[in-house]
Amino acid sequence: MTRLSHVKPGKKARIVHMGVKGPAGRRYREMGMVRGEIIRVIRVAPLGDPIEIELKGYHLSLRKEEAELIIVKVIG
Amino acid sequence: MSRGGKTRMAKIALAGNPNVGKTVIFNELTGSRQHVGNWPGVTVEKKSGKYAYRGIEIEVIDLPGTYSLSPYSIDEKVARDYIVEEKPDAVVNIVDASNIERNLYLTVQLLEAGANVVVALNMMDEAESKGMKIDIGRLSDILKVPVVPMVAVKGKGIGEMKDAIYEEITRHKEHRHMAIGYGKDVEKAIVSLEEDVERCPTLRKYRKRWVAIKLLEEDREVIGKVKDAGCVHIVKKAENIKKELGKKLDDDLETYFADKRYEFVDDALSIVLVKGKRVWTFSDMLDKVLTHKIFGIPIFLAMMWAAFQFTFAVAVPFMDAIDIFFQWLGEVSIPALNSIWITDPAIHSLVSEGIIGGLGSVLIFLPNIFLLFFVLSLMEDSGYLSRAAFVMDRAMYKIGLQGKSFVPMLLGFGCNVPAIMATRTIEDRRDRLITILVNPLMSCSARLPVYILFAGAFFVGIEGSVIFSMYFMGILLAIVMAVLLRRFLFRGKPSPLIMEMPPYRMPTLKSSAIHMWEKGSMFLKKAGTIIFLGVVIIWFLSTYPGGPGSDIETSYVATIGHLVQPIFAPLGWDWKAAIALIFGFIAKEIVVGAYGTFYGISNADEESATLRGELHNTFTPVSAYAFMAFVLIYVPCLATIGTIKSETGSWKWTLFAVAYMVSLAYMVALVITTVGHLLGFA
Repeated sequence: MTRLSHVKPGKKARIVHMGVKGPAGRRYREMGMVRGEIIRVIRVAPLGDPIEIELKGYHLSLRKEEAELIIVKVIG
Repeated sequence: MSRGGKTRMAKIALAGNPNVGKTVIFNELTGSRQHVGNWPGVTVEKKSGKYAYRGIEIEVIDLPGTYSLSPYSIDEKVARDYIVEEKPDAVVNIVDASNIERNLYLTVQLLEAGANVVVALNMMDEAESKGMKIDIGRLSDILKVPVVPMVAVKGKGIGEMKDAIYEEITRHKEHRHMAIGYGKDVEKAIVSLEEDVERCPTLRKYRKRWVAIKLLEEDREVIGKVKDAGCVHIVKKAENIKKELGKKLDDDLETYFADKRYEFVDDALSIVLVKGKRVWTFSDMLDKVLTHKIFGIPIFLAMMWAAFQFTFAVAVPFMDAIDIFFQWLGEVSIPALNSIWITDPAIHSLVSEGIIGGLGSVLIFLPNIFLLFFVLSLMEDSGYLSRAAFVMDRAMYKIGLQGKSFVPMLLGFGCNVPAIMATRTIEDRRDRLITILVNPLMSCSARLPVYILFAGAFFVGIEGSVIFSMYFMGILLAIVMAVLLRRFLFRGKPSPLIMEMPPYRMPTLKSSAIHMWEKGSMFLKKAGTIIFLGVVIIWFLSTYPGGPGSDIETSYVATIGHLVQPIFAPLGWDWKAAIALIFGFIAKEIVVGAYGTFYGISNADEESATLRGELHNTFTPVSAYAFMAFVLIYVPCLATIGTIKSETGSWKWTLFAVAYMVSLAYMVALVITTVGHLLGFA
């Protein structure tokens, strides 16, 4: 298990724990970042942050600061 | 549905995620019968329109695009309040078929809130090209609402949609029993709370199941509504139930509800959806290039540069036309007034010089404003705006802003008015306020003539560098101010980034043109009053007490100029400079014209050699440079002030903006003067 912020672009991972709390955490969940969801890291922005991921057939970007709090299991 | 006289009336609302083609469907339904305003009390755009269908006059409200109905942003609060309080006869929920999984989350919430939903399954072509197959009939069966497949940009499905809306608003409203099962324990809690909600009379207008669920989700707004209804005991009970449930479930309830809703969506889709293989799309390819590690930022800057070139190349002829028009209007207004027996010279002067002249000097920037809105709309509709935010977020975050602040800042170089209005894409109010407050420091195009005049007069040979230094100073100050505002007034970090990156789509000329028109006319309506008042006040001050035709040196403005001149004395400026700056409140290019008037040079522009020569009598290079910096920093123009007022919705922040900019301008000018003298410059 690792943090989403550590997953390399191109890798897929399953969300194990959503550590983002408060309204932002709620929003991430509403956007589909729920436990068990499989996501794929697409790329890191040119300046090193934020990252772009794919889930539920769409693309979402978030900062490493929040990605750090999301525990995932890399599955390929 | 209400019956008013002969025609029957109905109200429907359009709801959906951002980027699902909501605006296109709104335009297709209502045609040109649209009205744009704001929702009461907030700066969220409210669009409404009308169409008639089979004898029913249908009012369409375009709700702001939202991902969910739990109010995370003002947009969502507005959308939800409308749905649960106003109870429209039908809610058309626009769903992006190619992104159906996430989109249905909102659908589920709408159904839960008890809305009369009609699903518009839009962008079917994109879904098909992704290889997705959706069983529309079964989706409709599961959701227990009509589902209409559409490709709105090609006009497909609009007729069917109108039929479905008609059916929905004329349908006998029996209860639909679509409900997500939340598991035995939670269901028991919901049912128990429902009973209490039912006994609380003022809550009867809401669907009781929805209120119960929202109480368990700890939705602050709903808790407030229940308390206001005088039923605090229900809130207390919900709290207790929550505690108990929290022990039984290994998750907090909020997470639990979100999980269950997505579970429901997943289950439904496992029946109705055949997923395609992940295909390498054109959009993916574009992203490879446009957000590339090395080329991403240069491409972005090049595109913005091209956008500016386009804006100004196209704007110039229109600006000339407006200029000529207002000059002509000013000239013909006096004979026109005479012909209707208004011969009072005071009124002549008010109309031709004050109102027409003043408005002309502000409205000359309309082409710029409109075109910048056009460019912004192209960026938004194509999906590039979120890439720009993605690419620039890191840099902006460092100074206490966020990626979405960057494009508004850049637009500021063109005109601060559309730039400030463009901050609406920033959801977080604090992030947005900082972006608005520092935006005027981006040197807009109207300030350039002042730089050209003074640089040409005092810095021959290095004009370019001097003018560039103004732009650079503006950027630097904007960064410093952003950091300071974040440090002292808006403590904390910028809000977390949760930004969808929609697939690239071809923007349509029609929707960009409509967007441009709406935003432009909204600016006129909103900022118009303040601009009008401003030009009349300035006219009065520069005309009286002497009356029309009197020398400006005897006017109130001159009195004020002489009065405030001591304040500017340390900067080495005379009273004329003070007056020019007062006039500059209307619009910056008037500063040049004002100097022309002082020296009696007719039609003086920034290239005028005579005017440049005259300036040497009152300015030194140091005081001239300080003056340029002052012009850069203090309030851009009346239109910007009006826009800050209408966008923040607060006089307090508007006055704060003016006050900080004027004092900052003074401080910077003072520093320039002092340092300049210390270095031995005159």
